[in-house]
Amino acid sequence: MRHTISLLVENEFGVLSRISGLFSGRGFNIESLCVAESLDPTVSTMTIVTTGNDAILEQILKQLNKLINVIKVVDFSEIDYVSREMVLVKVNAEEKTRPEILRMVEIFRGKIIDVSSRSYTIMITGDEAKLKAFISLIKPLGIKELVRTGPIAMARGERMLKIKEKTDIKGGESNG
Amino acid sequence: MKRTGAQIFVESLKAEGIDTIFCYPGGATLNITDALTDISEINQVVVRHEQAAVHAADGYARASGKVGVALVTSGPGATNTVTGIATACMDSIPMVVFSCQVNTMLIGNDAFQEADIVGITRPCTKHSYLVRDVKDLAKIIKEAFHIAASGRPGPVLVDIPKDVSSALADFKYPEKALIRSYQPTYVGHPGQIKKAMRLILHSRRPVLYTGGGVILSNASLELTRFAEALSIPVTNTLMGLGGIPGNHPLFLGMLGMHGTYSANMAITESDLIIAMGARFDDRATGKTDEFAPHAKIIHVDIDPTSISKNIKVDIPIVGDTRNVLIQMLKIVENEKETYRQQHRNVAEWIEKITGWKKNYPLTYQKNSTLKPQYVIERVYELTKGKAIITTEVGQNQMWTAQFFKFLKPRTCLTSGGLGTMGYGFPAAIGAQVAFPRSLVVDIAGDGSIQMNIQELATAVQYNLPVKVVILNNGFLGMVRQWQELFYEKRYTWTHLHSPDFVKVAEAYGAVGLRIENEKDVDKVLKEAFKNKRPTFIDVHVNPEECVYPMVPAGASLKEMLLV
Repeated sequence: MRHTISLLVENEFGVLSRISGLFSGRGFNIESLCVAESLDPTVSTMTIVTTGNDAILEQILKQLNKLINVIKVVDFSEIDYVSREMVLVKVNAEEKTRPEILRMVEIFRGKIIDVSSRSYTIMITGDEAKLKAFISLIKPLGIKELVRTGPIAMARGERMLKIKEKTDIKGGESNG
Repeated sequence: MKRTGAQIFVESLKAEGIDTIFCYPGGATLNITDALTDISEINQVVVRHEQAAVHAADGYARASGKVGVALVTSGPGATNTVTGIATACMDSIPMVVFSCQVNTMLIGNDAFQEADIVGITRPCTKHSYLVRDVKDLAKIIKEAFHIAASGRPGPVLVDIPKDVSSALADFKYPEKALIRSYQPTYVGHPGQIKKAMRLILHSRRPVLYTGGGVILSNASLELTRFAEALSIPVTNTLMGLGGIPGNHPLFLGMLGMHGTYSANMAITESDLIIAMGARFDDRATGKTDEFAPHAKIIHVDIDPTSISKNIKVDIPIVGDTRNVLIQMLKIVENEKETYRQQHRNVAEWIEKITGWKKNYPLTYQKNSTLKPQYVIERVYELTKGKAIITTEVGQNQMWTAQFFKFLKPRTCLTSGGLGTMGYGFPAAIGAQVAFPRSLVVDIAGDGSIQMNIQELATAVQYNLPVKVVILNNGFLGMVRQWQELFYEKRYTWTHLHSPDFVKVAEAYGAVGLRIENEKDVDKVLKEAFKNKRPTFIDVHVNPEECVYPMVPAGASLKEMLLV
C-alpha cells in the first residue's frame, strides 16, 4: 500500500543522506521525496511517498523515528490530509496546436511560464489524479520533457506537525 | 582563555570522566596526540591496528559498563575502524570513536589520507558527527557520549579535521546534552505491563527468552529474582549469557542454532514467550514461521524497531529492561498470594523441562583424541567460572557458549551480531585494561587468532596478562562443519596452515605453551593462569569435531541434529 509520510528533521548537513541511506540499506521503497526548510529555519520538512505492507511501514516509521536527527514522523494514511504536486511540462507548440494547449492549461488552471517559437513550458499543480489527467490529455500533442516535484502534504484543519518542547536530558545518563 | 581544539578535546574527555582510550597515531591525530602528552588521568593504550583499537574499546565497554573510546587517524586509520564499529553497533555497545580528518579546506578534494568516514560508517553507527567549527567541539563530544550510552547504546563516530584541532576557542563543557529529537523511553507503559502480567498469570508453559539488553541494562539480578518469583525457566541468547547464573536450576542454556535441546524444545512447546532485551535474531529463532508456534509473545525492549521486526509480538513493552523488571516485580510483590499459585501452575512444565535437561544434556563423544569441549570445561573448572571470557567467532565461540557456565553478567564478551573473527583477542586486551587484576581468557581458534595476532605486541608492551586458548584444529572449523554436513566434505578453502603459535608468542616476548593430549590440559592451563604475562596456549584438538546440537539453516528449532 502507498503511504505519504511527513518528517520534521534537523536542518543540518548530512540528514538527507541518513534518511535515504536508511531506505536503501533496509530495502524500503522511495517513490518520491521532497525536502525544504520549514517556517523554523533550524528544521526541514520532508515528504516521502513510499510503499509497503503494514509490517514494512511499521518498520519504516520506527526506523525513521530512531534516527537522531529526525524530530517527528507522521504517516498521513491515518489522518485526513491534503497533498499537492507540481509538474513542469515542455510541449510542442505548433501553430495549429497552440489554441488547444492554451485551452487545456486554462481548464486545468495551469500557467505557461516559458514560451519559444516551437514550445510552451507549462506549470500545473494539483493532486496526483489531476496531474495524471493533464499529462494524458497533453501527451498526444507531443511532450518534449517533463519534471515532477513529488507531492508535499499537510493535515487538514487545525492539526499541525509540531515540535515538542525541548526536554532536559541528564547528561551522560545511561540506561538502568 | 582560549584553547586549541586538541586541548578542548582532552579537557572534554576529562570532564566526561574518561580514563582510558585505545589509539593509533597518524598525521591527522598529531595535534591531539601532542595535547595528550603527560596527561596521566587518561590511560592511553596504543594498539597495532586500528580495528583492534575499536575492539579493545568494545571489550573495555562490555566488561566495565563504561563507554569505550578509540582514537585514530584519517583515511586508512579511519577505514580500519569500520569492522570494529559495525561489531559494536550490532551488539549495542556504548562507544565513541574519534577519527581525525584532513583540514576542512581539503575535505572532498581526495586529499592524502582522506576518507569520508562519516559517510562510510553512517549505516553502522548510532550517530555520527563531522566537527566543522572548533566552537562546536565540546558540545558535540558531550552529545556523542550521551547518545552512545543512553537508550539502546551504540557506537558514535566523531570526525575531527586537523585544522579544527589546532583552531582556538573558549572552552566550557556543557553540563547536559540537549537533543530535542532524541528522547529514549526508559519506563515501561504501566497498562502494557499489567496486561503482560495477566498473561503470565494465565500461562502454563512460560519461557523467559533474554538477550544482551539484560546485560546492558544491568538487570541480571532483577531477571533472576523475577524468574525465581514465578518459576519461569530462562534461556539466553549468545549476547544474554551471564544474565542469569549459568548453573541456576531455572537456566536452560542458550537457544538457537547451537542451543541446548531443552531450550529449543521449551521454546517450541511454550505457551508464553517473555522476550527481554533480545531481538529475535535468525540464529536464535530458526525458521520464524515455526518459532514458538503455540505461544503468545511479550517483548520488552528499549528499541521500538526491535519489536515486531522478525516475529509478530502480542504485547510490546518499550522500556529499559531493568526498569520494566522492577515494575513487574512490584506487581508480583503486591499480589503475592495470586502469584504464588503460579509455582503450582507451572510445576508440570518444569518437570517436563527437567526431563529434557536430564535426557538430552550438552555432551560430546569422549575418545582418545583431545576434545575442544573438554578444554573449555577445564577452563571453567580451573577458574571456577571467575574469569572474563572473550571468544573469537566460529566453533570456539559456540563451544564456549555451551560449555562455560557464565555465572555473572559482563563476563562473556563475544561478537554476537556481526560475528567478527579477530574480535576476541583485542577485546580481551580491552577487558584486561579495565580490570588489570582479573583473569581474562580469550577462547580462540587457529583461524580467528591470526586476524588480530599483531596485538600480542600491545599485550606485551602494556604488560597485560591476557591468556589466549587457541583451539587449534587446523581448520576454519565452523565452515568446515557446514562443508561436512551440507557440501559432501569438500573442504575447499578451510584447511589452514598456521605458524607455530608457541614460537610466535615467544617472538613477541609473550609466553607460549602447548597442549597435545588430555593429561596435559590441567597442568598447562594452571601454569598459564598463574603466570603474570600474556600467554598463548596452543591446544591441538581433534580436527574434525563438530558443534552439536545444530539446527540447520532455515529449519525450525525442534529439528536439531544431536551428537
